[in-house]
Amino acid sequence: MTATLTSTRAPSAPPQTFTRPSMVRLTGVELRKMADTRAGLWLMVITALISVAVVAIQLFAAEPSAQTFKNMFQTTLFPTAILLPVLGILSVTSEWTQRTALTTFALTPQRQRIAGAKFLAAAVLGILAVLPGLAVAAIGNVIAGSMDSAAGSWSFSGILLGYAVLFSVINILFGIGFGMLFMNSAVAIVLYFVVPTIWSVLTQLVSGLKSTADWLDLSVTSTPLFDDAALSGGEWAKLAASVGLWVVLPTALGLARLLKREVS
Amino acid sequence: MISVTSLTKRYGAHTAVNDVSFECAPGTVTGFLGPNGAGKSTTMRMITGLTPPTAGASMVAGRPYRQLPNPAREVGVLLDASAQHPGRTGREVLTLSARTQGVGAARVDELLSLVGLAGPAETRRVRGYSLGMRQRLGIAHAFLGDPRVLILDEPANGLDPEGIFWMRGLLRDFADRGGTVLLSSHLLREVEAVADRLVVIGGGRIVANGTKAELLAAGGVRVRALDPVTLRKALERAGLAVTAGADGALTVQAEAEEVGQVAASISAVLLELRPVDTGGLEELFLTLTAGEPKETAR
Repeated sequence: MTATLTSTRAPSAPPQTFTRPSMVRLTGVELRKMADTRAGLWLMVITALISVAVVAIQLFAAEPSAQTFKNMFQTTLFPTAILLPVLGILSVTSEWTQRTALTTFALTPQRQRIAGAKFLAAAVLGILAVLPGLAVAAIGNVIAGSMDSAAGSWSFSGILLGYAVLFSVINILFGIGFGMLFMNSAVAIVLYFVVPTIWSVLTQLVSGLKSTADWLDLSVTSTPLFDDAALSGGEWAKLAASVGLWVVLPTALGLARLLKREVS
Repeated sequence: MISVTSLTKRYGAHTAVNDVSFECAPGTVTGFLGPNGAGKSTTMRMITGLTPPTAGASMVAGRPYRQLPNPAREVGVLLDASAQHPGRTGREVLTLSARTQGVGAARVDELLSLVGLAGPAETRRVRGYSLGMRQRLGIAHAFLGDPRVLILDEPANGLDPEGIFWMRGLLRDFADRGGTVLLSSHLLREVEAVADRLVVIGGGRIVANGTKAELLAAGGVRVRALDPVTLRKALERAGLAVTAGADGALTVQAEAEEVGQVAASISAVLLELRPVDTGGLEELFLTLTAGEPKETAR
């Protein structure tokens, strides 16, 4: 161990001008932070394993005619949609729960840029997350087709893939928004699972709320994303309204809180 | 270069930092001293833009910290060595930071070996690090961007004596090459050994600010009497500046002879009379902060 630094620049050197890190760089770092802890890595591994499991179940349980690439792929989207938002939540809340915010915001004092980078990183992850599903569904479909000639249809459209990606991205951003709003891992994860469920149950039970659910229940408004047909203008409007309530609003409130709060 | 102007932080009715001003010049190590809860960490968090001040301002490297485009390249910051994700390895912590700042991966290797964490330790998760190892990782992190200014909150905490000696050399060398260091501590001996200037804070206020030589020379004489109250009155009647220490001893800004004369004139029984010794920063520190309310750390 030595007490001399092999730095290239003397601390007394004249001031250099430094450029601030680009959003691409910050987004890359945030993506890496999602995967470089055990919690993050295992969440991804488990999500992939469940995708394998749901495809395997279909091979045994579904009618041969229903054993298609489209069906298998779409079922892989549900474990992804449930578990990846937890990764989104942790990406934000672990900064507070593990107190790494102290380092993060000392490195990048423009807090809205970190929030933006986390948002972008989550969107990228949401897009990448459909890839394992595509692969698993393809393998499943080959097996299904070789076992039964009625199974194994490859019929699929680009629009379905686009909708699948959108579904995945909306869900992970949902997690980011909840994380930003509550800034605490346990609270955000519990509420992320409980609040939308209670909301769905309530709107089912209370007849006066039914029409509200058509607009503001994300699980209802995102259903058309699984149909073969393109979304109508009304369906887009309903999806946008529920995304506004569950993603945009928590994110905006969380961001306002983040910009003002003390980091300690 | 750090300049702090009238920084104040209030939490409701409680004033954690009250009108604090000081400057740290290039080429110097400034020791920021105070008991726990005196407002050191809050001040440092305000300087680094993490805590919004109620009033006042601060500049680092010529700008408010939050306006630095890539702060870590100009200011190395260590605020809390325990504030690391326990699930990341030491190397990963530095790699993330190096990527954010845009310094090469080679710099990570360089810093890991500088702080003695190269080898098996770098691939262990921070969860398994001792406080001393976390502190070394934090020091590596502060140096990573090759900055000209260092802001370190209690960096000696958890280091063993050898580690403290090592860190002292590291900071001295950095300052001697023209760097600016602000170093907080409640370990008086540590700061006394390395600092050029001292800023002492108690109860959120600056109670002393000057070069180490000035502050130590101002130590005066320490006197303990059977009846300190009467002696204090007599000393004050004689026009001498008296401060009461923590243990009932008085510190008088005068020569021992003067104090002795006053004591003799009122026939006071003295238990102790001596110049404040050169380890006197401790004395000074206790004197200056005695009677200040010890707030709990936030």
